[in-house]
Amino acid sequence: MTALPSTASPKNGGPRRVTWLLRQLSRSVVQLGLVVVGLLWLTPAFGLFIGSLRPDEDNAATGWWKGLTNPGSLSFDSYTALLDNSGMVDAFWNTVLISVPATVAVVVIAALAGYAFAWLEFPGRDWIFLIVVGMLVVPVQVGLLPVAKMFGAVGLFGTIPGVVLFHVAYGLPFAVFLLRNYFAEIPREMLEAARMDGGSEWRIFLRLVLPLGRPAIASLAIFQFLWVWNDMLVSLIFADSQAQPLTVALQSEMRQFGSNIGVLAPGAFLSLIVPVAVFFAFQRHFVQGVMAGSVK
Amino acid sequence: MPATTVQAPARPAPQPGGAGPGAGDHRNSPRRRAARRRRLIALLFLLPALLLLGALVAYPILFTVGRSLFDASGTRFVGVENYAEMFRDPATLKAIRNTTIWVVVAPLLLTGLGLILAVLTEKIRWATAFKLVLFMPMAISFLAAGIIFRVVYEQDPDRGVLNAVAVGVHNAFDDSAGYPTARPKDSTALAKGSDGSYTTKDKASPGNTVNLGLVGVPPKDLPKDAKPAHKAAAVKPGGSELRGVAWVDFTLGGGGKSGQVDPKEKGLPKLVVEAVDSHGKAVAETTTASDGSYSFGKLPAGDYSLRLPAKNFAEPYGGVEWLGPALITPAIIGAYLWIWTGFALVLIGAGLSAMPRDVIEAAKIDGANEWQIFRRITVPLLAPVLGVVFVTQVINVMKVFDLVFVIAPGPVQQDANVLALQMWLVSFGGGNNQGLGSALGVLLLLLVVPAMIFNIRRFRRSQS
Repeated sequence: MTALPSTASPKNGGPRRVTWLLRQLSRSVVQLGLVVVGLLWLTPAFGLFIGSLRPDEDNAATGWWKGLTNPGSLSFDSYTALLDNSGMVDAFWNTVLISVPATVAVVVIAALAGYAFAWLEFPGRDWIFLIVVGMLVVPVQVGLLPVAKMFGAVGLFGTIPGVVLFHVAYGLPFAVFLLRNYFAEIPREMLEAARMDGGSEWRIFLRLVLPLGRPAIASLAIFQFLWVWNDMLVSLIFADSQAQPLTVALQSEMRQFGSNIGVLAPGAFLSLIVPVAVFFAFQRHFVQGVMAGSVK
Repeated sequence: MPATTVQAPARPAPQPGGAGPGAGDHRNSPRRRAARRRRLIALLFLLPALLLLGALVAYPILFTVGRSLFDASGTRFVGVENYAEMFRDPATLKAIRNTTIWVVVAPLLLTGLGLILAVLTEKIRWATAFKLVLFMPMAISFLAAGIIFRVVYEQDPDRGVLNAVAVGVHNAFDDSAGYPTARPKDSTALAKGSDGSYTTKDKASPGNTVNLGLVGVPPKDLPKDAKPAHKAAAVKPGGSELRGVAWVDFTLGGGGKSGQVDPKEKGLPKLVVEAVDSHGKAVAETTTASDGSYSFGKLPAGDYSLRLPAKNFAEPYGGVEWLGPALITPAIIGAYLWIWTGFALVLIGAGLSAMPRDVIEAAKIDGANEWQIFRRITVPLLAPVLGVVFVTQVINVMKVFDLVFVIAPGPVQQDANVLALQMWLVSFGGGNNQGLGSALGVLLLLLVVPAMIFNIRRFRRSQS
């Protein structure tokens, strides 16, 4: 901190000096308070991380902070054991196989629809879009039972494509809303010039709208990816044991929490390493995506 | 990218719009044909989204509303019976109650916490780092957060960090040692009171020595600094002094004599001893030293009995039962705050930095203090942002499922139950009552209808 002692003149500044001191003091109290809050926020995750490095018998006997006094006992053994656990590794790949297609599909389908709602003329356009806006907050719970029945009838129940389809459908209202609003900001003259030049709608969409919409598409993609990657409820119902993602596989170990901590702690880190990496790599888009998604 | 590049495709793009209406259609004028073509193109752009939304969102809503009017197996029409059942079934009532607690408590706490932190964060230079730390939990799943907090809330103070702190703080203020299993060696000398205390049967006067022999103290309960008591037992009391030792009347490995303070036998430190007068009133209280000795220095002449109050024999403080039935919902709300505070902080922080500086400067010049500025300027100007955070959180907590499902251990799941969890339990998790499950789904939908209207209104206003 660069303090400003020179402004408080020592000659005539008795009271001024006091207020300056008071301000410095309150400032350091604020600093200290926020440091404490920050540490408070880091401790829970840090604790689980240290716990994931300790042998099971240590975790059963003492708390993770004891591991700090005995760094020699820490190792990545539980992680290597986890990577040998074919159930968990399969579940990790299932998570990837669900999240990536569900993100790509939502972005593509919503970009197409967003462009139509923003720039194409057709009867009932505004009404249909209002219905989509209304769907923003529809809880997935209303869809679980009927869609499970529907998927059961067509053989999608329990499969990865079924899970993906459900995620795509319930991700669409927000995605269409976000992209339509962003595309609508494109200057009309640009589009009309392109139409004058004889570009087809498809070409305008590919060559003009998509590149201009890149920031919104990035935010949407990150938001949707995280949403699906972190989901548990949808997969709990729609994925069978062959298709289950990491969240569901770990959840089934929760019943014997104490004795399964050796799987749960590294498993939790395996599941959060990808989103946290995405978070650090795309901070700005990440924050924008989450903020925009808050209407959901 | 400049608009002119549109006419120069690098590769032949597929053209779904290219397949227009049949070329042989002579009945329509070219203009109407063009309009039809445009409509068809729009439809092609919209088709995937409309199909998915129609089949997997719109139709299921109607189906769920219809299904909620039928019984568990779906064969008999029962009208609003499922909705009535919702308010009769104790488990569902509990879920409704808990969801109400969530909606009332969590958004308010979160908005308040976000506001305070956002205002304070303005004053520091490492604001970005601070926001990063608080925002990070937003990236991780409720499941991972649930695992993290199961460890935090662990009951055993040796393993759960929160209870380790709670016990540490508690012991810092309450220094007495607990000997929950201790009992008198000779129950004829020390009689047990109805409150769990022990009192000597024989009276003693100042100038006497009274030794209190206890057994049943496992070595692990004995403080590490406990010293043998026999030296202190031999000290002669002064004229107005009543003294003695409290000790473990048991020699490890045998050989001790009952009722006698043998050389190896240890004193019981930190034991509370009271001198009780003939009216049964405690007139003095002291605590034993590390060799188990106690002493009442200046007692008026008279007969006294000595009492070991019940608190000596209380179970040691084991921390708070975070995951027990009473505190489970507040504990889960705590984990929720850990995840979402960063969201409120960033959103409110953005609102703060967009605030007109000159208003605050003017107020400062007029002599307003920090609190007045906060109360009269910052909060009113931030009201719209605070409203958005609050409403967002209300919608969010109505649907909370994963955190409750993951953090609440099996036996207290019913105590932590919320609507979204109850809906899952009833329809999928063993309840197998799809009629009631559908009714709960409809209830959740009805609860978010105000938010739906809010969104639509806000959107229409932004368009006009």
